[in-house]
Amino acid sequence: MRIFFYIILFNLILINRSYSLIEVDITRGNLDPLPIAVSPLHVDIKSEGYKDIKIKELGDNISKIIERNFKSTGLFNPLKKDAFVQKPDIAHLKPRFEDWRLIKAQALVTGKLLIKNEKLKVEFRLWDLTASKEMTALAFTTTPSNWRRVAHIISDKIYERLTGEEGYFDTRIIFVAESGPKNQRVKKLAIMDQDGANVKYLTLGNELVLTPRFNPTNQMVTYMSYFRNMPRVYLLDIETGTQEVVGNFPGMTFAPRFSPDGKKIIMSFAKDGNSDIYTMNLETRVVERITDHSSIDTSPSFSPDGKYIAFNSDRSGLQQLYVMRSDGSNVKRITFGKGIYGTPVWSPRGDLIAFTKMHKGRFYIGVMRTDGSGERLLTENYYQEAPSWSPNGRVLVFYRETKAGEKGKGFSAKLWSIDITGYNERKLSTKTDASDPSWSSLLSK
Amino acid sequence: MNLGEKMTLKTNLKNLLLVIFATLILSACSTAKKSGDIDGDVYTGKETVEYLASGVPDRVFFATNKSSLTTASRATLRKQATFLRKNKNLNVTIEGHADERGTREYNLALGERRANAARDYLMTYGISGKRISVISYGKEKPVNPKSSPLSWSQNRRSVTVKVN
Repeated sequence: MRIFFYIILFNLILINRSYSLIEVDITRGNLDPLPIAVSPLHVDIKSEGYKDIKIKELGDNISKIIERNFKSTGLFNPLKKDAFVQKPDIAHLKPRFEDWRLIKAQALVTGKLLIKNEKLKVEFRLWDLTASKEMTALAFTTTPSNWRRVAHIISDKIYERLTGEEGYFDTRIIFVAESGPKNQRVKKLAIMDQDGANVKYLTLGNELVLTPRFNPTNQMVTYMSYFRNMPRVYLLDIETGTQEVVGNFPGMTFAPRFSPDGKKIIMSFAKDGNSDIYTMNLETRVVERITDHSSIDTSPSFSPDGKYIAFNSDRSGLQQLYVMRSDGSNVKRITFGKGIYGTPVWSPRGDLIAFTKMHKGRFYIGVMRTDGSGERLLTENYYQEAPSWSPNGRVLVFYRETKAGEKGKGFSAKLWSIDITGYNERKLSTKTDASDPSWSSLLSK
Repeated sequence: MNLGEKMTLKTNLKNLLLVIFATLILSACSTAKKSGDIDGDVYTGKETVEYLASGVPDRVFFATNKSSLTTASRATLRKQATFLRKNKNLNVTIEGHADERGTREYNLALGERRANAARDYLMTYGISGKRISVISYGKEKPVNPKSSPLSWSQNRRSVTVKVN
């Protein structure tokens, strides 16, 4: 099922333009990641101190974040710095290509930074060592406290240049932080940078919160809360902290997600033992009923063009996946394989639907085409569910739980990510247990 | 050794074997009793059950992915209906729950469906729907946190809770 991974390097020299191109093929994954040298950014000696930033270490720290980002993709192999052959400032001016090639590097990142008048100025260059050419260069200015984001933006630019795909490093993940014994879990909304830094808790844990999801167009979040013991869908502005209940439904609303334009929330509303799918327009507050069926209809997810909705229904008897037009017409079942299916999530590229599959007591995260064909199971485990896409549609983040012993001993919930190739499975490090992850869009877009 | 002695040895051996057999069967019985707390995969034991009043259990149990009421569940709910008819000023909330072996969102819907199955049944025995509110917790509040078929069967439940 897994496709084997390899890397294709093109070293093309075009006759009339004479530039070269290292290219990383990310559609097939990678067993032989690209060796890349990330030189520490040179810190200009004229730099001034800024708050608690350790200016001398800043160049090193930024390069370390870039290296970690690259390593996490599985596509790059950042080389050890003790083998580096040139000082950062000199390499940034002009690398001695043959020396860098000696340590088997194929690409080199160099840069420099300056903090002056409370502004951080950064520039970086990406060098193709095989062809002895500069591939890309960029300079920008920001507030010094943004230095981690600077590292992520540089990572995105380099990833884009080398893979031809949009990056996903300058992003955040919202999730549910869990603590306490399994039968008395305390759950809080939490947000962190994609690499696990800057964790912030957005609720105190007084009420149960579930399934936070980012608006793809801004920093709003929709989630479910049991505030005052009324399970309802809420809207939260992470910048201001204001929150409000979504719609005036006389019963439980749950499983919320935004439409791709960010203007609607689609969710389930349960009443009298029946769950159907509704949308609410956030500007006009108009509520529309999308499904009307005596079965459970839930976990709706819009296609990125807004024309279709994938959802989960047990109208055939057990949980299966369905696709319909966004007005609720033309409902088609798309899963007919062995086992039962849940949590369909449409890829931001539009070509795939990620899902959870349950079969013979095992849980799988997989992807299939939007008509249900070409099912590929990426990972199997004791319990895992709730995939969420990286904004470029290349990586899925989900949560995984372990089997609990007597009195819940040995139970844990953690976030994991996997490439849609089925390769590069990784645990995300979180201080507490964690579940229900949702990946933001690129912040710098 | 004469013939008589041989015979007694034989019967002694037979008796010993019988005793061993009987012990085996008995121990098999005692384990069967334990798994007998699940019928199909619906919990039928009393381990986690609490009582609204003497002889009135507060909860009923469901099969995996199902919200239909078993014969035992209906008997329990009839007792609850009788209890509620006697206590006219009492209102209740029915909490619907699912086990951990399903996706979170589907389980929320399933818990709601289970709680409503119990509510509907109480209503057919003359309890006003106004007295019964419903809330689903999906798989969020297991009564038994262990990952085992027995605890899952105890967690697939609806619980009737007094609110005043």
